[in-house]
Amino acid sequence: MSRPIVINNAHLYGDTVASLLIEDGLITQVADTVETPDGAVVIDAQGLVALPGLVDLHTHLREPGREDAETIETGSRAAARGGWTAVHAMANTNPVADTAGVVEQVYSRGQEIGLVDVYPVGAVTIGLKGEHLSEMGAMASSKARVRLFSDDGVCVYDPVIMRRALEYVKTFDGAVVQHAQDLRLTEGAQMHEGEVSAELGLAGWPAVAEESIVARDALLAEHVGSRVHVQHLSTAGSVEIIRWAKERGIKVTAEATPHHLLLTDESARTYDPLFKVNPPLRTQADVDALRAAVADGTIDIIATDHAPHASEDKDCEWAAASFGMLGLETALGVIQKVLVDTGAATWRDVARLMSEAPARIGQVDHLHGRPIAEGEPANLTLVDPKAAWTVTPEALASRASNTPYGGIELPGRAVATFLRGVPTHLDAQLEGAFA
Amino acid sequence: MRHLLTTKDLSKSDALRILDTATQMAATQEREVRKLPTLRGKTVVNLFFEDSTRTRISFEAAAKRLSADVINFSAKGSSVSKGESLKDTALTLQAMGADAVVVRHWASGAAYQLAHGGWLHGSVLNAGDGTHQHPTQSLLDAFTIRKHLAPGGDLSGFTVAIVGDVLHSRVARSNVYLLTTLGAKVVLVAPPTLVPVGIEPWPCDVVHTLDQALDTYEIDALMMLRVQRERMTGGGFFPSPNEYSRIFGLDGDRLRRLPDHALVMHPGPMNRGLEISAEAADSPRSVIVEQVANGVAVRMAALYLLLAGEEAAQ
Repeated sequence: MSRPIVINNAHLYGDTVASLLIEDGLITQVADTVETPDGAVVIDAQGLVALPGLVDLHTHLREPGREDAETIETGSRAAARGGWTAVHAMANTNPVADTAGVVEQVYSRGQEIGLVDVYPVGAVTIGLKGEHLSEMGAMASSKARVRLFSDDGVCVYDPVIMRRALEYVKTFDGAVVQHAQDLRLTEGAQMHEGEVSAELGLAGWPAVAEESIVARDALLAEHVGSRVHVQHLSTAGSVEIIRWAKERGIKVTAEATPHHLLLTDESARTYDPLFKVNPPLRTQADVDALRAAVADGTIDIIATDHAPHASEDKDCEWAAASFGMLGLETALGVIQKVLVDTGAATWRDVARLMSEAPARIGQVDHLHGRPIAEGEPANLTLVDPKAAWTVTPEALASRASNTPYGGIELPGRAVATFLRGVPTHLDAQLEGAFA
Repeated sequence: MRHLLTTKDLSKSDALRILDTATQMAATQEREVRKLPTLRGKTVVNLFFEDSTRTRISFEAAAKRLSADVINFSAKGSSVSKGESLKDTALTLQAMGADAVVVRHWASGAAYQLAHGGWLHGSVLNAGDGTHQHPTQSLLDAFTIRKHLAPGGDLSGFTVAIVGDVLHSRVARSNVYLLTTLGAKVVLVAPPTLVPVGIEPWPCDVVHTLDQALDTYEIDALMMLRVQRERMTGGGFFPSPNEYSRIFGLDGDRLRRLPDHALVMHPGPMNRGLEISAEAADSPRSVIVEQVANGVAVRMAALYLLLAGEEAAQ
């Protein structure tokens, strides 16, 4: 068995100071002081915040198909470094994760690597084509135990297909995870439609193209009594619709990405495709509305939409570039910057937004997003909120380097991540303890 | 001036300096020997990712009359579909020692990326990028208006109406900023479907019929934009060519409603019978052919100021 680990004087949830004992993958003691067993590794966590291991509901690992951009292994390492203990891998791989075979392969590969639990998200429709439902039942009952289904990257556009999907997943208490984008309103779209796109001459992606689908899906979910989760909310209008839907009792949850909480469409002025993402970066008013919605609970979770792309897909004309940006390693720092350091949220809130609530929505809350308490699995993240760092794209663990934060200073980072008691990431200063 | 990428960043003094220089360049073109030795030994690359024979030969003529060596590099197609990437093309040109790159590209921002990508050291001159900017076109438009209506001065007190597909027009975007910087009032005339969402900060007025523009403003120059037929049929931006002609076309009747001194302009190539009638295009008020000649002088000025400007100042 692995050596016991003692974590001394951590701020649990950024709040009370306590020490933890980890043995055999479990938290076996939480107390003011714990006795150090023979042979234990001792970590001085003074000044560090202990959070339940982070759970990302929206990750692109690119394997199978685009291993030149990311693999399950490199993505797992990036996740561990970012403080995550579980990630949900989106289905838009090649082949698409629309069969039990593909999702089992992805799940098993994740377990084999062992840095983070990889939970595959199944495709709603075969080949993400939006025409025929994929065999969701087979994926649900497979070893991968899929509960979330999404055609992410593409909207489930046909309202009848969406309705059927919402109804069908009730069989295994699943949820449909929607990339809300009216396809007709966004043909050829390159960036948020507004003053900046007008000036830059880039085709616009109007807010209404997201909002109309969010509204439609909320109404459909209400009509058939199903659960819908809306990905990467990007507009103030979408926030209003989600707020309305929740007040009405509709079973809808929503996520926001770190980049939509920090960056705006102004960054497109550089024509640097690192800032090209779908849905696009919006205006400051949208950013403010999203932050407020995260703070007041209208938005349930933070998810990264980590989207690695090979350099040739970003080192080109804006219109020719792929949509998406890296996010796993920078998410915690960005969230600290925009929510914690601004007073909009506490570390307790961060635990909810980045671990407990996503684990619940992803139905992995029997394993992840658990309380930091005796008897619970030792899935933990230690954050140093004072360890400011400057993002160096090439230094990230991802195979790709398409981060929009290169050269930007983030206020803090994960310095240690534990998956079932095993350290999957240790900052240089903590590595010594395990030597 | 290191690059010429957009008219939005051009100060009034820079704009006037280009126009004054162009006036001098135009004067040299009256001489028997029109070739100047100014850019001898410099290499100008015409990098065209999009077909535009007119613009290319205009730049080619301008560079050659300044004695620069000219290389024409046609790189059609997108970097995704075929051929090499913008970056590799830029690195190639850098290796060949281009002093200036004149770039025409289907993608908005490509000129900016070439100038700021760190791939090449030469000056970049934007010869039209997607639906963003086409600075030398607006400079030649300003030059033409100035020559006729305000020799030696700026454009204060003049009103220029630009009619047509503003949404997809780099000519309109360039002119709105440049003409305003030079003191003119700009009025855009377009169906609401061809006006970009987010146009509010642009320093101009917007009206939705040509008749309204003619009724409301004392127009000194009327610039007709080319309308692409495919925008009508597939794009659905308006119902039919006929309806467009009726509401936005410059016919004889509308031509006669302009003040006597007003200029009729078009960046070419024209769709006769669609946005402009033959009567208007061939009328004495039309300066459309002259715009082409002025284009060479303006491009000579731009190349000169980018490549020899610093030496000349010393």
